[in-house]
This record gives sequence, C-alpha cells and structure tokens, in this order.
Amino acid sequence: MNEPSPRPLPASINATVALLAEANYLADRSLGTVLYLALKMGRPIFLEGEAGVGKTEIAKVLAGTLGRRLIRLQCYEGLDIAAAVYEWNYAAQMIAIRVAEAEGEHDRDRLEHDVFSERFLIKRPLLQALELDTAGPPVLLIDEIDRTDEAFEAFLLEVLADFQITIPEMGTVKAAHPPVVVITSNRTREVHDALKRRCLYHWVGYPSADRELAIVRAKVPGVAKKLSEQVVGFVQALRKQDLFKAPGVAETLDWAGALSELDVAALDPATVSDTLGVLLKYQDDIARLEGSKVKELLDQVKSELRAAE
Amino acid sequence: MRGLSEEAWPHASDRQGRLAENIVYFARALRAAGIPVGPGAVLDALEALQAAGVGTREDFYWTLHAVFVKRHEHSILFDQAFRIFFRRRGYVDQLLAMMLPQAPVPPQAPQAGATRVHEALFAGLDDKLRKEREVEFDARMTVSDREVLQHKDFAQMTTAEIAAAKDAMKRLVLPFAQVRTRRLTPHPHGHVIDIRRTLRASMKGGGDFIDLRFIGPKTRPPPLVALLDISGSMSQYSRIFLHFLHVLTDARKRVSTFLFGTRLTNVTRALRERDPDDALAACSAAVPDWSGGTRIASSLRSFNKLWARRVLTQGAIVLLITDGLERDTDDTLAFEIDRLHRSCRRLVWLNPLLRFEGFEARARGIKTMLPYVDEFRPIHNLQSMADLVASLQDRGGGSGDPKAWLRKVA
Repeated sequence: MNEPSPRPLPASINATVALLAEANYLADRSLGTVLYLALKMGRPIFLEGEAGVGKTEIAKVLAGTLGRRLIRLQCYEGLDIAAAVYEWNYAAQMIAIRVAEAEGEHDRDRLEHDVFSERFLIKRPLLQALELDTAGPPVLLIDEIDRTDEAFEAFLLEVLADFQITIPEMGTVKAAHPPVVVITSNRTREVHDALKRRCLYHWVGYPSADRELAIVRAKVPGVAKKLSEQVVGFVQALRKQDLFKAPGVAETLDWAGALSELDVAALDPATVSDTLGVLLKYQDDIARLEGSKVKELLDQVKSELRAAE
Repeated sequence: MRGLSEEAWPHASDRQGRLAENIVYFARALRAAGIPVGPGAVLDALEALQAAGVGTREDFYWTLHAVFVKRHEHSILFDQAFRIFFRRRGYVDQLLAMMLPQAPVPPQAPQAGATRVHEALFAGLDDKLRKEREVEFDARMTVSDREVLQHKDFAQMTTAEIAAAKDAMKRLVLPFAQVRTRRLTPHPHGHVIDIRRTLRASMKGGGDFIDLRFIGPKTRPPPLVALLDISGSMSQYSRIFLHFLHVLTDARKRVSTFLFGTRLTNVTRALRERDPDDALAACSAAVPDWSGGTRIASSLRSFNKLWARRVLTQGAIVLLITDGLERDTDDTLAFEIDRLHRSCRRLVWLNPLLRFEGFEARARGIKTMLPYVDEFRPIHNLQSMADLVASLQDRGGGSGDPKAWLRKVA
C-alpha cells in the first residue's frame, strides 16, 4: 500500500467490502452495497451521519485502495466559485494585455481569445477533478457540505449531474471519465432535495459492538484484548445514555489510544473519570456522568463481558 | 411475479418487464407512505438492480434503499414498506425460500412509521386482505394510545379571515433584519475590488482605462424557527398562528415550524403548501396530540437534542409561541430554555396571555423561562403581529424587555 498503483473497480459487493477491509476500514453490508453501486453506476455518494463515524475516511480509503488521486474540497460558509471551481490569473492577464499593446496588437477579438485561454486559468478542486489522470479518474471528496450556504449547492448541480463545468469565457469542460464523488454532511442543515436526488444516499450510523471491536483492533493494534473489549463495551453503553452528543468511532479510537499510552490494563472508575474528556465534548454530558454513574456503567459492562465468556 | 422466483435474478428481458412493474408498484407504495419518489428514481432502481446483480434479500433491500431513500428519517418508512410490500406479493419470499434457510430480518418491536406505512399501503384494499393484516398490526397501532389522540378538524376559512390574512401578508413583506454573510456581491460602495468585472469592463475600451468595480458583503435575512404550542390552553389561538406562520413561510425562505403539545412535530414541509387551507389540513393530519396537555420542558428537550443542530445554524431567530403554563414542575425547564437561548441568535417569546391588562409573571413556568428570553411580546391579533414584524426588523425596543416583567412581580 506504500506505492499506490491504479486498480480496477471491484466487481461485486463482496469485493467492495474486501477492498475497504484491506485498508482497515470495516464496512457493513449496506455501505458496501451503496459504494459498489456508486462505483458501478458512476453516481455520487451522499454520506450523512453524526460527527466521528468515519464518513471522510471512506473517501480517503477509496482513493488509497484504488490508487486514485484524492481531491478534497472542504466546505465553509461563503465558499464561492473562485475558491471551489476556477479563477482567472488576473495579474498574468494584465501583463499579457500590456505586452500585446507594446507589440502593437490591437485586434480586440484576438486579444480576448488569448487572455481567456487555459494558460490563465487557475484550476480549483472541482475543475481539477474533471481532468484526465494517468491513475484513472480521481476521488473527489466534498467534505461537510452542510457548512456552506444554499447558493453553493447550486454550483454543484451541474458538476454532479453531467460531470461538466461551464466557464462563460471558454466554454464547457467535460470529464472524459467521471470522478468518484463522495459528499459528506453532518446534517447541521438540510441539503436541498435537488442535490440529493442526483446522489446515492447512505446514513452512516454507529457500528455494532462486534464491528466496533474489530475496528479498534485494526486501528489501535497495541491495545490489549481485555481493555479493548471493556472500552468498546463502555462506549456502547454510553451511547445508550441520554447524552447531548454521543461519542463516535473516532472518539473510541482516541480513547483506546490514550488508555494504551497510559499503560492501563483494565478500566477502573477513576481512570474513566479522568479521561472522560476524550469521549465527551460537552460539559453537561460530563456532569451527567459524575459521581457513581461511571462506576455503575462500568460494573454493568464488566458483568456483561463476564457473562459472554 | 411467479416467473421471477424461478431463477436467482432476472437478466433476461422478459423477466425485466415484470421486475419493472413491481418496482413501479413499490415506488407508488413508497410515495403513498410519504417518501418522495420520482419516476427518475424508478429508472435508477432498475439500473442499480442490474448493476448489483442482486442475489440475496439483504442486497435487494440495500440496493433499493440506496436509490429510494434520500433522508435518514425515511429509512424507517422504507423498511416497513419493503417488508409489507414484498411479503404481500410473496415475491422475495419465494426467492428466499430457495436461497436462504430463513429471512435475515428478524421480527422487531413496534416501530415508529408502521402506522403511516400501513395506512398508505392498505387504504384501498378489500376487507378480506385487511383482516388478515390487522392481526399483525394490532400491536403497532397502540404506539401512542396514552396521549390524547385528537385530530383537530380545521373548518374552511371564512372570507373575512382570508381578507385579514391577506392584509397581514401585505404588511409582512416588509424587509426583515438583515445579517451580513461571508459572501460578497457587486456593490457600488464595496470595499474590495472585483478584479473579474474590472477586467471585463476594461476590455471594452481595449485595456487603456481601468474602470474599477467593487464588491461588498452580501446581507440576507437570518433563518426563522417557530415553536408553536398547540395544547388545550392555546387552542383558540393555534389556528390563526398557523396562518401567520404559513404567511411567513410563503414570504421568505428558511422558516422552520415545529408544533408541540405533549410531543414535538416538525410541520415545515406541510406549511410549504401554497394554499393556506391545504397547508393547515396537512399540519392537522401530521399532529396526533392536538389540544392535549403541555410538556414544554420535554418538548424543548427533544427540540434541543434532535433539531437544534440542524435548524439553528447561520444565526437563526427563534419564535417561541406559548402561554408558558407548564404542567411538569421540575427544574429541567430552566436547563432546556437556557440551552435553547444559548444556541440561537435571538429568542423571542410570544405570549397571548399578555393581552390581559392585569397580566403578571406569576406562574411558575413563566417565571422560569423569562430570564432566558431576549424579548417577551404579546401576540393575539393582527396588530400585535404587525408589532412583532416591526420588532424583527429593527433590533427590539424597550417594550419587549423580559426583565421589566420580572421586576414587576419581584
């Protein structure tokens, strides 16, 4: 995996799941189906879910395992065409005009044609994604689309439906081979139906205990078996609590890593209380678990683990 | 259908016809259950089924799920519809009988959405089929039997009311408070030079003169979120308030409306109907707890937990329309209203009780909530609505100060 080389697209749902597993991304069957369909049908994938469940990771893993280039567009409020699609290199254009004048060139049509050519075009992520690449069409990650405003979604409609971009001065740029498009959203606002209609939708939820355990083992190899079981058991129990923000998989991995750094062999209430800030990011949630609540949860997890043995 | 079960999955074109037919019927059932499925999605589904080369019920399920479901909350409706539809037609079951020892989807506890799907799918069936199904769905119909399941029947609007609403609408098309966004727009006195337009404009003269063009910040009205109390004590007002919110939804974008009594219901989509009568009927149909009790704290709690992060972004203003007469008397109300206040730009409490001359903030719920609101205003007639609109425009006068009411009773 050090030297990514282009690979053909997976030929079945099983192959898709296996491909992701190579890069230690353990997908469930439903995610595998959606990814396979998206690759096969050439449609964008729209991934929605809570923060920290591995939405962005899917795009990275896809690019890594398929040996494709990853082009990432991080969305933010006020993102516009100049930052997302293309911009003209105005300084170079000005110089070109002056030079042309100095050389006595006064044919305005010719001047305009020269100035608005590809030479003066600065390509931003969306336009880059439509270009030919020796490794095959790139993976385009449009991250956290809910952070931009509605106006930006409209730019995307043309790109996602026909994989083309219209530049008024030049004409239409169309991708010879459509890129693999992955769009993620944390659902801080509803994305317009017109955009969703063009995509295959998937809700990325929290994993089951078995799958989460497998993820922890794959991603944090140094952690002891007993500790990893307790960590996953505790996080799963925590998600059933009435919290404002339940911990995601990313938090589980952080916590497992933190505990193994601290050389903890097994969970005890004091360690859990001290490291709770890794899992919970709201003071109200941490306050809710103060006192005997942590011990109670931990005892419950431990007795369940004993029963399972 | 029978033909389909004979082999693993149809690739031959004569089978394709039957499959297409079934997908069309299934799409129609989904539409009836409330998932917006267009004809384009049906074509996508057929393409997806071909592409996936589906062999198991699970793959079949997730393939259709990938194409038809575009919102997380539709997932549950899809699940119910899928199970009912394909069981009734004995379609996937026959297929599975050959391929799998048992169905991979285990029987589950009653789920939300079952009632809606059930009604949608079985509305037009004859009694015999209905009887068979009723046995299975008996348990599911009891999900909410402890609440006051009172569907409020809206009478048609009277002519006078239509005239009044139109009148109100005229006044409501006033500009709302604008907030600056990060986006820039062409502006005669802007602070940034728009090089793109400058260059184009200069090109007209052959580049001899550089005619500067500017851009400045764009402003737009912030999103509005209305939380409307529809409990028994508010019943005489709820209808006219819904009209008011319908007008607001019509006049500007980004208005979300939630109704609450004993539970919280999102009626934003229902209010998007153009015709006020249709919109109000759709609201009425969506709400199971009309004119029941009030649980302000638990309703606010579910709003904070499930919706706040989705609708309160980009500097939203919250209109909380309630009389503040809370049944639950514990300290969760203060916590929840505080969280609501901290997560929005401005919290405006509209209370119809303020119309009474001798109103004092003595009720426990009102006293608890007052310290956390930015404005406290009456709303009981068109005049007070006009005042509200005026206050949304400029940043509030002294009349809405909640602290004045607390000082009065202190």
